[in-house]
Amino acid sequence: MAKLKVAFYWAASCGGCEIAQLQIGDKLLKLAEAVDIVFWPVAIDVKYKDVEAMPANSIDVCLFNGAIRNSEQEHMAKTLREKSKVMIAYGACSYIGGIPGLGNLFDRKSIFERVYTGTPSTDNGGKVFPQTKYTAPEGELRVPEFYDTVRTLRQTVSVEYFIPGCPPEEKTTWLALSALLSGQLPPVGAVVSSTEKAVCEECQRKRDVKKVKRFYRTYEIVPDAETCLLEQGIICAGLGTRGGCGALCPQANMPCTGCYGPVGDVADQGAHLLSAVASVIDSNDPAEVKKVVDAIRDPVGTFYRYSLPDSLLRRARIA
Amino acid sequence: MKQITIDPVTRLEGHGKIEIFLDDQGGVKNTYFQIPELRGFEKFAEGRLAEDMPQITQRICGVCPEAHHLAATKALDALFHVDPPSPAKKLRELLYSSFYVTDHTTHFYILAGPDFVMGPDAPVAERNILGVIGKVGLELAGAVIKTRMQNHKVIQMLGGRPVHPVFGLPGGVSKAITEEQRKEIEAIAAESVEFAKLTLKVFEDVVLKNKAYVDMITSDAFTHRTFYMGMVDASNKVNFYDGSLRVVDPSGAEFAKFAPASYLDYVSEHVEPWTYIKFPFLKKVGWKGFVDGKDSGVFRVAPLARLNAADGMATPLAQQAYEQMYATLGGKPCHFTLAMHWARLVELMYAAERMLELSRDPEITSPNVRNIPKSTPDEGVGVVEAPRGTLIHHYTTDEHGVIRTANLIVATVNNAAAINMSVGKAAQALIQPGKEITEGLLNRVEMAWRPYDPCFGCATHMLPGHPAAPIFTYDSNGRLVKSYE
Repeated sequence: MAKLKVAFYWAASCGGCEIAQLQIGDKLLKLAEAVDIVFWPVAIDVKYKDVEAMPANSIDVCLFNGAIRNSEQEHMAKTLREKSKVMIAYGACSYIGGIPGLGNLFDRKSIFERVYTGTPSTDNGGKVFPQTKYTAPEGELRVPEFYDTVRTLRQTVSVEYFIPGCPPEEKTTWLALSALLSGQLPPVGAVVSSTEKAVCEECQRKRDVKKVKRFYRTYEIVPDAETCLLEQGIICAGLGTRGGCGALCPQANMPCTGCYGPVGDVADQGAHLLSAVASVIDSNDPAEVKKVVDAIRDPVGTFYRYSLPDSLLRRARIA
Repeated sequence: MKQITIDPVTRLEGHGKIEIFLDDQGGVKNTYFQIPELRGFEKFAEGRLAEDMPQITQRICGVCPEAHHLAATKALDALFHVDPPSPAKKLRELLYSSFYVTDHTTHFYILAGPDFVMGPDAPVAERNILGVIGKVGLELAGAVIKTRMQNHKVIQMLGGRPVHPVFGLPGGVSKAITEEQRKEIEAIAAESVEFAKLTLKVFEDVVLKNKAYVDMITSDAFTHRTFYMGMVDASNKVNFYDGSLRVVDPSGAEFAKFAPASYLDYVSEHVEPWTYIKFPFLKKVGWKGFVDGKDSGVFRVAPLARLNAADGMATPLAQQAYEQMYATLGGKPCHFTLAMHWARLVELMYAAERMLELSRDPEITSPNVRNIPKSTPDEGVGVVEAPRGTLIHHYTTDEHGVIRTANLIVATVNNAAAINMSVGKAAQALIQPGKEITEGLLNRVEMAWRPYDPCFGCATHMLPGHPAAPIFTYDSNGRLVKSYE
């Protein structure tokens, strides 16, 4: 059997996905036997131009991490889509927008103003901003265009599969890779994880009745090590987040923040999470409920930490 | 006029591109090291909860999330006016030392090593980690892999996850360790010290015993006389986790020593229209452009800068390695950019030794790892030395601890001006009229930035890399003359 031709690419991301791909450790050798890596900018000598010269559908699988934040990333997503039979969104940024997706609360102008003129250490009296095309004394220099809005991979090109996580754990990555190697592919559109159910299902903390009178910030209390964090009033995204990670954060006494994205076929992770959290408030008195809810001071960052670009809202409206 | 484009540069974290402009004779007129990317963390941090910063800002870099996580956590200590219990500080530093062991190992063997072990002009297909393994042998390669895997295990044990840890909180850490875990960490630390010894020996055998490499390290093409910044402890020894920031001038004299919270009195950032990165400089000297010397505010950070800015190392074997390095290279400060590779290995030894010390600390298994903040949050600065240099996080909040402003000066950014200069100087020395521009020659140009271990936008740090990027040569009418791909 011919080896699978595999491409890897990164867009607006942090590099944690590359580290995660290597966490499969000794299984890497098994992978190396079974696949030919045809494109991996960080690893092998194949360039953008080489990819552009490849015939359509000549790559079997492309694992694409990172969100789409600028014109170069969009161009590479489209090019790789054309060349690849199967396109996989790897990791939270590519799948649902990820942390860089919080940029959708702002726009290019406000981001540029803050970064290039606003920060207290910036010395930029002349209000110089990066230009996509700049004529230096010696010639022309170009950088990609920074977009107003961060998009997910599937908002840019069609995508067959999604691998969740920031970054995906070793076992999640291997689940996807072994499916590819065996040819036992899940239905198109599948999110590849060991479960469709919530993180709570794999969490070892004891669960009882979720009724809270107030929410606590993580720094305000030392939680009991055995009991469900949400029952102790710490907002934990576990009940609105797909499992598969093994509930690592709650084991470290910290709440789940939602990096594996929505459970099952939920369309909007943040809305789901918001309604789940609201349902644990132990009061029917509107004034008391308001007080409890007002203590949630960053609803977007709390409920849509990784999924704002993928949500029904997608971005904030800038006046 | 001809234009040579190296796009993308490789064996680094993230995206970068080099434009080299040639004059009509074929000499180098100017070079630009461009960064094509921005994500805007400083803006979208606004409105977030302060305590979420360690986990949000570490997504700047999945290769060195531990650095952002701890800079942010320390900023929260200051912001909430809470001092963590001593065991918590030690656990943070223990995780950080373990992280340094993995990170410096990766850079030396996988990103930089191929240039030295295989040679700058080795065939492209061999000038990568696989070539290195072939040459140094599977035993050493196995030790590299084992060191990395074991230390990632330590990071998960302490921080909760192997990538993007979660344990940092204002006033401490979220969990203590057991005696059983401590023993395992101690064993890994002891092995890491042995591994650091082995690595220094490899450097001596492969690099120092090769006159051609030593000549290259000490050549003018790879030299810049700049200021240096690094964190030091109370005895002016290198420290990665805490201390004062010290700056020495190009002669090695102390120029400034300050508490990290006053960084704004010392560091400013310059903006250029042709790149998304900013260029920090010493405020009291001023921005004079891409030039070195004592009248230019350009300073350097990262391993060699840290050693130049300190009076020594706080652990015995690292101190020995430090003394050997300066004795061999002609004293302090050392201005040879390529000596950063050596300095990185001195630090590898320090990190391993410090990890071992902390793993044996009597209070490291104490359950007392958190103090709950009681004061109103307002403003905080947190600084650590990331492997790639001084890393500054600065937040202001409202009285509820919601972020109003965030300012981040990330390690590699501090080196941005120096990297641009280093590439320019190497290109000028190496690209000469009438001399054919070979792939190996352009790799030598890339060797001018690789010692900085730059982390542009951050990407992987541990992969077999390839140095040759597409390089296009254009004539003065913009027609493609030759391409190297």
